[in-house]
Amino acid sequence: MFTLAKRNLLQDKLRLAVTLTGVIFAVVLIIIELGLFVGFVRTTSALIDHSQVDLWVTSNHVPYLDLGVPLNERKLYQVEAVPGVARADKYIVRYTRWNRLDGGQNQIEVVGFNPDSTWGGPWNVVQGSIHDLKTPDGVMIDDVYKKKLGVTQIGQVFEINGHRARVVGFTHGIRSFTTSPWVFTSFRNALDYAPLNDNQTTYILVRVESGAHIEQVRQNILQRVDGVEVLTTREFSRMTQNYWTFTTGAGIAILLAAVLGVIVGFVVVAQTIYATTMDHIKEFGTLKAMGAPNWYVQKVILIQAGISAAMGYVVGMMLSGLIVRFGQPAGAPILLNWWMALATLALTLFMCAGAALISINKVTRLDPATVFKG
Amino acid sequence: MNTAIIVRQVRKTYLEGESVVPALHGVDLEVRSGEVVVLMGPSGSGKTTLLSIMGCILRTCAGSVEIEGQEVAHLGENDLPRVRREHIGFIFQSFNLFPTLTAAENVELVLDVKGIRGAQARKQARELLDSVGLAEKYDTVPANLSGGQKQRVAIARALAGDPGIILADEPTAALDSHTGRAIIQMLRDLAHQRNRAVVIVTHDPRVLEFADRTIYMEDGRIVNDAVEMPASAPGARNVSSSCGSVPARVPA
Repeated sequence: MFTLAKRNLLQDKLRLAVTLTGVIFAVVLIIIELGLFVGFVRTTSALIDHSQVDLWVTSNHVPYLDLGVPLNERKLYQVEAVPGVARADKYIVRYTRWNRLDGGQNQIEVVGFNPDSTWGGPWNVVQGSIHDLKTPDGVMIDDVYKKKLGVTQIGQVFEINGHRARVVGFTHGIRSFTTSPWVFTSFRNALDYAPLNDNQTTYILVRVESGAHIEQVRQNILQRVDGVEVLTTREFSRMTQNYWTFTTGAGIAILLAAVLGVIVGFVVVAQTIYATTMDHIKEFGTLKAMGAPNWYVQKVILIQAGISAAMGYVVGMMLSGLIVRFGQPAGAPILLNWWMALATLALTLFMCAGAALISINKVTRLDPATVFKG
Repeated sequence: MNTAIIVRQVRKTYLEGESVVPALHGVDLEVRSGEVVVLMGPSGSGKTTLLSIMGCILRTCAGSVEIEGQEVAHLGENDLPRVRREHIGFIFQSFNLFPTLTAAENVELVLDVKGIRGAQARKQARELLDSVGLAEKYDTVPANLSGGQKQRVAIARALAGDPGIILADEPTAALDSHTGRAIIQMLRDLAHQRNRAVVIVTHDPRVLEFADRTIYMEDGRIVNDAVEMPASAPGARNVSSSCGSVPARVPA
């Protein structure tokens, strides 16, 4: 059975090439779009996911991280007094403008945090240290944004919203989802860059006491502090992801591209497997005449589909790996991990099996009496 | 000799557009193990239809069909393949070999359908090919075989799984006379030496020489069912028929 399926496929090498092209196209598109989607989703909430805190205190009706509304810093003291709160820090995330040395401007998102706790601060620091952000004008950017912001080395001085900013370090792999790079600095510096009044903050980050129940502490804060919402890190992360994925339609657009890849792969594979089946229809009729049950001939076609899926998947994954590898330096946040690879394999097999259904239907309905018609 | 095939009052009609075309009108027939039965008749006489019904490929509209003691006319669609697998081997006019498989693989495939796989299938396939004189052609694809060799592979394939009945549809149509005679002799040996019931549909009058019985059909009916006498038998004479000159016959 396997030999027949394999030989049928290999008999027409051009048709096999077309089949594999369809599968490879689908696999690459699925992996890249899925990788972009997962990377995209994770990027939208990266600051929240790396914050190292349990709860986020925000103004009412803040839809996602980048749209924080200023809070009076008195809320910080109220939060610190809540039972179960171990510690609370002020935190700023605001859009502002970066002036390049060539006179140009870029919109950035300044992230002001407490360098002592490092909550909400940068990770993957490759040059300089977080400690350097305590200096009056110290800022840290990701190395992927050097060119965009006109930065070439540590020590260069720029202007953010009319205030001096000196580059004290670089991170690696911290990409903002929007076109506005994150610029990390101390909370004190961020008040000038944002700008916000000295008694303002956009968020309050909270760590609960060891052994305290996070949900209980959350309720405690809501009961004692007016005019705020309190979200767990996970909740705020999901909220931000959902906003960018579904409300803006950006995520949907990426997913649709992956769906398109599946459809194209499905159509190509269905066509070529059907053509191969019709080329060998007499043989299938002979098999049925000789007593092969329907499931036997169906299995031959499914094996053909499976071989196509496997071959196309392997080549598609190799190509995808290359694209991911060479896409990283260009700033494309494409994630590729083992579960995505497995999911794509399952989807590829499903796609090819589904594409084979038309052919399976054909041979199931095939009248074995056709073998006597010459 | 056991009776391998019993056909009783079988009727078959086809729909052609809005017309109902009768193909068989109440046909009765018995074929015994160990005999070669030839079905002859003009085109449209119902020979292939009758063969297909005996082969459990077509269902009857009325009547009964018994295959090696099992009534099959009322079996469900899913049961007929099993009957074919277990009892019947087919030989086709244009061989119907699988072009991408070697001679041995063609036979192994049918063994695979019948549940015989691996080393056992390979061994049986080679033995069957040996028995039809193709020991040196195990690994040859059909494209590199002569017509006679292809038909011998087809015979080996038909014998895979040891069926009691061999049905052959125009087995010599694509062969020259010498090769055709060799093939028919092989089929005759299957019947006489291996006790198979062999039914051959043919237009070729030269096949009659090898037949134990000849059945003439016209317009969906058996018009004559005669036992063939060897040409050397006393009183034997050639008799003309619509199918050409044939050896002397006696009614079955």
